[in-house]
Amino acid sequence: MMEAGAFIRAAQKEELRPYPRFLLSADEWQALSAALVETPHPALLALWAESDRVHALFQDENGDLLPVASPVVNGAYAALSPARPAAIWFERVIRDLWGHFAEGGRDYQPWLDHGTWAMAAPLSLRPKARVGEELPREFAAPEEEDVHQFALGPISGGIAKPLHLRITMHGDSPLAAEFYLGYAHKGIMALMRGKLPRVAARFAARLSGDATVAHALAYAHAVEAALGVQVPPRAIALRAVMAELERIAHHLFQIGVIAKTAKFGILHAGCGTPLEELRAGTALAFGHRLMMDCVVPGGLAADIAADGQATLLGTLDALQAKIQDLAALSFSEPAFLARLQGIGRLSEKLVRELAPGGPIGRAYGSHSDTRRRPGYPPYDSLEVPLPDVSSADAAGYLKILFAELRTSMDLARRLLEHLPDGEISTPLTASSGEGLGVAEAPRGDIWHWVRLDGGMIAASFAADPGWRHWPLLEAALVGGTLEDMPLCLACFHCSVSAVDL
Amino acid sequence: MLSLKLLQNLWKRPEARAFPPAQAEILAALQARLQEASQRRLGRSLAVRHVDTGGCGGCELELQALDSVIYDLSRFGLSFVESPRHADVLLVTGPVTHNMKAGMERAYAAMGQPKWVVAVGDCAIDGGVFQGSYACGNGVTTIPVDLVIRGCPPTPHQILEGLLTLLEANATGG
Ligand code: SF4
Repeated sequence: MMEAGAFIRAAQKEELRPYPRFLLSADEWQALSAALVETPHPALLALWAESDRVHALFQDENGDLLPVASPVVNGAYAALSPARPAAIWFERVIRDLWGHFAEGGRDYQPWLDHGTWAMAAPLSLRPKARVGEELPREFAAPEEEDVHQFALGPISGGIAKPLHLRITMHGDSPLAAEFYLGYAHKGIMALMRGKLPRVAARFAARLSGDATVAHALAYAHAVEAALGVQVPPRAIALRAVMAELERIAHHLFQIGVIAKTAKFGILHAGCGTPLEELRAGTALAFGHRLMMDCVVPGGLAADIAADGQATLLGTLDALQAKIQDLAALSFSEPAFLARLQGIGRLSEKLVRELAPGGPIGRAYGSHSDTRRRPGYPPYDSLEVPLPDVSSADAAGYLKILFAELRTSMDLARRLLEHLPDGEISTPLTASSGEGLGVAEAPRGDIWHWVRLDGGMIAASFAADPGWRHWPLLEAALVGGTLEDMPLCLACFHCSVSAVDL
Repeated sequence: MLSLKLLQNLWKRPEARAFPPAQAEILAALQARLQEASQRRLGRSLAVRHVDTGGCGGCELELQALDSVIYDLSRFGLSFVESPRHADVLLVTGPVTHNMKAGMERAYAAMGQPKWVVAVGDCAIDGGVFQGSYACGNGVTTIPVDLVIRGCPPTPHQILEGLLTLLEANATGG
């Protein structure tokens, strides 16, 4: 049997812009799933479906993208989960939304479908009506002595996300951690269907509030690729300014959460001030604190405010000194750093299999940064350095967050200082086609796929890095002690809404 | 160790935001509601319990911002609490997905009397952009809502304004 990557490349190609797709027969797909067991490459980034086919997005060790599709025969396709643990949640979602069955899969329980919708398989051609009956999730009950379980959520303390977490303990050591999500399923893909791309952008922008710019951008890239639309240089530059500001906001927030969880109150409080200054700056410059609905297919919804450029440069100046102080504070507190050491350690095998992205992935030694590769404008003409990696744990992650803060500040400043003049948007054409778009969000690579028919969205899918990070978090929770769990949760800080769709 | 200057810089109180005035009209309506229910006054403090019913997380970010030192909620007598049993206010964000409806109703039922419900953000108010989806209803409809705070998301300042109006009604009405 050929190596999996070569096997995919040998298949027939079909049009998907800008990365052509490989079309496999159902038998070839099954052969691929067997070949994948032998090797961790290529990594699985996303798996989704349409009414008559399944799609997968792979990435090989050189960073090359391999989109693959295969027909669904008699409502079934060969599961990839035996070879790729990241496929487990996707396969359950495909069953819940499109009704296709993953033969040989590792878990058949419902995921998004909790039995509360008026129909089953809402994205299938003919969804079946159903009267709400709850489909309770079955958790493996402990059988041994000394083994006990406790559960959190879906509503848990403070300002928290809707999720259920079940932890199995053997005495003092965690045996298993299992998330159950789906509480935030809003039916985003059904809402996007049949709409003009600019109207549907509102849903892409609401997949995850703290990555609203990045999701809107990946989606816009997909639509623009499908329609062959060129975005004006001014819009490209301003989009990147927004994306970098979003990253700064996220990383500041993230450092604050880690500090709060580690009971380092001064650092937590110290992150709040620059974050609010930044939000005030983005509100003045772009009319929205989170910059929601600012990025749309074709360009931007509106230009930056007349004094926005000067405002943001001023904000960045003010932030510079504060962020330096925060870094000095973090790294001069041995007790804080000691608390973070060793948290989140994982086996290399699992990290390879789940291919985490963003600063989490980079802390585990990955070189993945989609601004660098595959790359997209304007980053092709800017240098995005990879942060130095010190240790694959929470302490190393904190260092990466600070390094990325400096990079993003620098990128935003350079972009703002050399803003091109001109239009901020190109009209979209009412044509048909398929596109795959990417953006580097604060937490990692976001992929959006769209199929347009006569200028309308016919189908779409959004893959947030959370799909790969949540299962990694489950493993990280089990790897530590009970006291480490809150810090693990704080570091991964995955989005619920973005994977609940 | 930390330099003193560093500490001073970081610990310098950010100018705590001005106290937004209670909105007269909304205040009157809330007081009337309180009287109607002849509810016991809770005094000049409110414990707030947050429930995310499946929103995008944007409203949560603004709630987190509100809960930071900048706004210093404690000086207003406002605090976020963990258990519904200790809460006076159920603050709901998100469009109330069908998967979260029962959870929200249970949290409401677990609260003692008197209690307020505040819907924060457009999607909690009427479903917002998610209206018409197979997976959610049109915001908070199955428990009585006392106050709505519009926006997608509303700013921390707007949320504070709403909560202070509620606090005012609570302290003066009834
Ligand atoms: S109101 Fe807007 S920001 Fe708030 S949760 Fe709903 S969609 Fe997100």
